[in-house]
Order: sequence, then structure tokens, then C-alpha cells
Amino acid sequence: MLVNRLQLKRPALKKLANRVGEELLPLVAVPVAFLIGAIMLVLLRANPLEAYGALLGGAFGDVSGLTQTLVKATPLLLVGLGVVIAFRGGVINIGGEGQMIVGALATTAVAVGLRDWPGWLLLPVCMLAGGISGGVWGGIPGILKARLGVNEILTTVMMNAIAVQFANFMLRGPMIDPAEIEAGTRIAQSALLPNHVWLIRLVPRTLLHGGAILAVVLAVVVFIFLWRTTIGYRIRAVGLNPLASRYAGIPVPFYQALALILGGVFAGLAGAVEVLGVQHRMLEGLSGGYGFSGIVAALFGSLHPLGLIPASVLFGGLLVGADQMQRTVQVPAALIDTLLGLVVLLVVGSKIWASQRARRRELHG
Amino acid sequence: MGDLFTVPVILGILYSSIRLATPYLYAAIGEAFAQRSGVLNLGVEGMMLMGAYSGFYVGMTSGNLWLGLLAAAVAGGLMGLLMAVISVTLKAEQGISGIGLALFGLGLSSLLFKKTLGSVVSISGFKPVPIPLLSDIPLIGDLLFNHNLLVYGAYLLVPLAAWLLNHTTFGLKVRAVGQNPQAADTLGVSVTRIRYTTVILGGVLAGIGGASLSIGLINLFQENMTNGMGYIAVALVYFGGWRPLGVLGGALLFSFINALQLWIQVKGIPLPSDIAVMMPYILTIVVLAFSTRRNLQPAALTKAFERGEN
Repeated sequence: MLVNRLQLKRPALKKLANRVGEELLPLVAVPVAFLIGAIMLVLLRANPLEAYGALLGGAFGDVSGLTQTLVKATPLLLVGLGVVIAFRGGVINIGGEGQMIVGALATTAVAVGLRDWPGWLLLPVCMLAGGISGGVWGGIPGILKARLGVNEILTTVMMNAIAVQFANFMLRGPMIDPAEIEAGTRIAQSALLPNHVWLIRLVPRTLLHGGAILAVVLAVVVFIFLWRTTIGYRIRAVGLNPLASRYAGIPVPFYQALALILGGVFAGLAGAVEVLGVQHRMLEGLSGGYGFSGIVAALFGSLHPLGLIPASVLFGGLLVGADQMQRTVQVPAALIDTLLGLVVLLVVGSKIWASQRARRRELHG
Repeated sequence: MGDLFTVPVILGILYSSIRLATPYLYAAIGEAFAQRSGVLNLGVEGMMLMGAYSGFYVGMTSGNLWLGLLAAAVAGGLMGLLMAVISVTLKAEQGISGIGLALFGLGLSSLLFKKTLGSVVSISGFKPVPIPLLSDIPLIGDLLFNHNLLVYGAYLLVPLAAWLLNHTTFGLKVRAVGQNPQAADTLGVSVTRIRYTTVILGGVLAGIGGASLSIGLINLFQENMTNGMGYIAVALVYFGGWRPLGVLGGALLFSFINALQLWIQVKGIPLPSDIAVMMPYILTIVVLAFSTRRNLQPAALTKAFERGEN
């Protein structure tokens, strides 16, 4: 043991350099994806420079674009945190979309139902409702995984579909805005939340709300949780090596389920914040694909809570800029979905490739 | 309830179950090959969408549905090749790369749709071809022998796949590679080549499955038209215990629930349609919960092969 440790000391610097290279790999994946995107743009008869200019300008060019970017980055960051916790625990959570929907639904139900409560009490209760319901939605796959070994990827996907239908049912039936029934329009949306639970606006006349700050604080909390607490350490241990963890006496299924439950909590919070900060009511399509984009952001942020902060801002910007690009150069915003998919493929492809190269270097000197 | 379940009603529901199972069968049988060789391909959704778009677009512009079907197979196969490069050669985490592929297929098919078609149009797809004599049998004749060719193809695929997997050298290699790639490698079977073959085959079949929707069952293309069918197909493979016959059973059960649900909606029975649409998904979770412990899963599923490990 001791000898080993001494031998390792000298190449430590080299190892560090390799590790830094590995961590930065996602940064290479995005330019490559955009290069492929440029080729696609040329094939679509659009000028890539003009298109990307519109994309960047729309996302970061002025106060309006920048605040919109941050508004979109907020749910991405929260969903991403849920994805990161699950990944670190060795389980894959594709259910962010559904967890976000039930979180938003529960938040709305509580806020509308208890509208007479004072804001200082109602707001935390709403958040709690969002987090807990998301946790339950993530917990069902978690418990099925822990108890019966059911593949969590499949169950989280199914839970997404169920959440969508459940929300549609609630919004057309029990939770529909009474005003919609009176007007006879019957648009599937809930009543407006009482305005004393609305999150504060950070910049006047924009949608940027206090949830953005909350999300950043929670990212730091998740970092401390995963790297500085025993439970967090065990979650990571289970993710890194379930067999060794079991020998060390860690109940692996319990921590896998916990990782999925916590993942659901954060996605549920994303739904709560989206309702309390942006929409002020629950409506169809509120989750807007954040559940999937959050996975991309998490991967791009190297599955690290703090890396996720810039990653969410970047991908929030892409989502905002895509609309601008669609308007200026008539390229469908779907191009951005395509690029997001490519980023995932490139990041996971290159990451493993890099770690294998590193291992080979270690083996053969 | 007596007058709700008359013979024509039951036959109608069964007829739609048989039809509706078609895209699932193609995609899930293809996925079964990939999984039996140890690759969990979660990108089926993207492959189906690319197949649905290519089949529709080529079928519409050329006026030849067979050309459309070929295009769908090629598009699916190319998506399979991409998945194989990422998950077999680059050994990426399969769960995530599949999600990437699904996103990519969703984005690209929507992009192409908006750029080339712009709005939803319908074409006349494959027509039902009654099989002579057999389709004249009372009751079951119409039920079983009056479908379009893509439907027949899906059901013929099941025994063909079972035979390929269980009674040919290729099938033996696929199973060996999925069960114990180290041993297969030692015996001179190329793990990489087998996995490339199965993943690309899975892509081709998923592409055809997508086309069976856009030029066989619904006869139009719209964005995200598969709406999660690819993931259901993956679940059906688990559900069916990785055997083609099991997949067939799962696909039929799933489509039956779906057909029943559609009929409930049409009939105006006081069950909210949103709740009815949930039923197949809940059923899938329940069946997954009960089928996982049977230990039929290929031992090397989701594990990239590394020579010299173990």
C-alpha cells in the first residue's frame, strides 16, 4: 500500500494534467457539434455565421435576451441537479420531465387551495409540495429498482408519459380555471396563483425571478451534500463501485433509490419554481422539454453541481437563441434539438474514449 | 355491459390491436437483436422518427411506397450505425448515448419535416391486401387476413427472428456475445462485428417500424409522431423476456389495451380519455415489475466489451 502510494507521487502531475483534459472534453464536444451544425446550415441554404450570430445575439446580446436565458437556465439547473445526483449514484434518471410536471401540479394545487394563507408560510409549503411530489414520482422507479431490480430508465420514461396524461386530466377536469368554464373556452390551464406567492422579480419588466438565485444556492448545497456528507459520499461510492460498496456494508439498493428520490425532488422543485416564478399558473406543456435538456446540461457540466451552473446558462441561451435564429435566417429551431442530441453523443463518446486512452497510458507507460 | 361487447365490437377491437402492434413489433424485434448481443439501444425513438420521415417523404415525392420503405430502412440503418460507433467502438455509456440518439433523431426529423414539407399532409399508404381464400373464413378471415403488407411482414418477422436467434450460427454468436463476450472473443467470434450487425439491424427494423406508421397505418408525418413508441418498444423487449415470441405477446397485449382505450373514448364511456391513455403505460410498469426477476436478461447487457478484462 505504502509503496504504491510513493510510486504514484511522481506521475501525479501528469495524472492531474490528464484529468483536467478529461474534464474539459465537453468543451471540445460543443464546437464539434456546432461545426456539424454549420454543415447542416449550409445544406439548408443558410449562412452559418449569420445563423450563429443570431443565436448568440438572441441569447446574450441584450438585457431582454440575457434575462430570458437566465429564466430558461433556472429549470435546466434544477432538473440537471436531479440528473447529477442520480448519475452519481449510478442510476439514470430520464424522468425529469414527469417529475417537473407533477411538481408544478402539486405546487399549483397547494397555492390555489390554500390561497388565504400568508405568503411567508404558503411559499415554502408550495415549494415543499413541489419537491415532495417530484420525489414521489422519482421514488416509484427508485423503489422498483431497489426492490425488484426494474430498469429505472424505462420506468422513468413511462412515468413521464403518465405525468403528462395525469396533468391533462387535472387541468381539464378538477383543476381547470373556473374562468375558463365561464368563458366557455375551456383552455386546459389552472386558475392564477394568488400573487402573494409569486417569486420576486429580480429585474423589473422581465421574467427573471428569485428562483434563479435559489437554483444557484441549491447547486452549492448539492455540491456540499455529495462531497462533504456521509450520505453523499455513500451515494457516490455506490455509483462508482456498487460491488465494493456492498462489501463495505453500504446497502446499495437503498442508496440507489435515494438517488432517484432526490433526483425527483429537484426536478419537482424545477416545476414549482417555473409555476411560482414564470407562469403563475399550471398549464399544458409547462415542462417544455426541460427534463431532457437538463440531461444534456448535466452531461455538459461534467456531472458536477458547480459545472452545471455555466452549462445551464449556455443551454438556456441556446434555447432562447434558437427562436431568434428561426426568425432571422428561417432555420427551424429544431436544429438546436439536433445539436443537443449531437452534443450528448459527442460528450459520452469522447469521454469514455479519453478515459480509456488514459488507462492505456497508465498500463503501457 | 352486455350490449357494449357484441361480436362485431370485439372483432373491431381485436382488428385494431393486430394493426396497432405493427410498429412495436418491428422496433422491438430489432431491439431484441441488439439487446441479445449486449447493447441496450435507447435511441429507438429517434430511429423510428427518422424512418417515419424518410419513408413518408420518399414515398410521397417518388410516388413509390416501396422506395419509401427502402429509404426508411436505410435511414434507420444509418442511425444504427451511429449508435454502434458510439456505444460499441467508443464504448460510451449506453443509457445516455441512446437518449442522445433519440434527441438527435427527434430534432433532425422535425428539422427536415419543417424544411421539406412544412405542414401535415396525408398520402395514400399501403392498402390492405386480402389473402385469397383465407380472408373468406367467417369472423377470423377479415380479422387476420385482410391487412396491408407491412402488417403481415411484422408478424412474419417474429418466427423468422426466433429461428435466426435460436437455430442459426449467427444467432448462436449473438447470444454468446451478449452472454459472455470474453468467452466468445476467445473462440474467435468478433464481438465488435456481431454488435455492429445487430445494432444496425435494429436500426433498419426500427426505421421500417416508423414507416409502418407514416405510410401504412396513419399515412401522414408530423413532428414527434411516435410520441414515446420507441421507449415502449424497448420496454417490450424486457417484457417479452428477450424472446421474439414473448415480444409478440407483449406487443399484442399492449396494443389490445390501447385499442380498448381508443374504443372507450369513441364510445363515450364516462372514463376521462387522459386516464384511459395512461393505462398502457401503467400496465407496462406493472409488467416490468413482475418480469424483471426472471433472470432472462443477457448477462453482458449495457456492458461495453474490453478485451483483457476479467
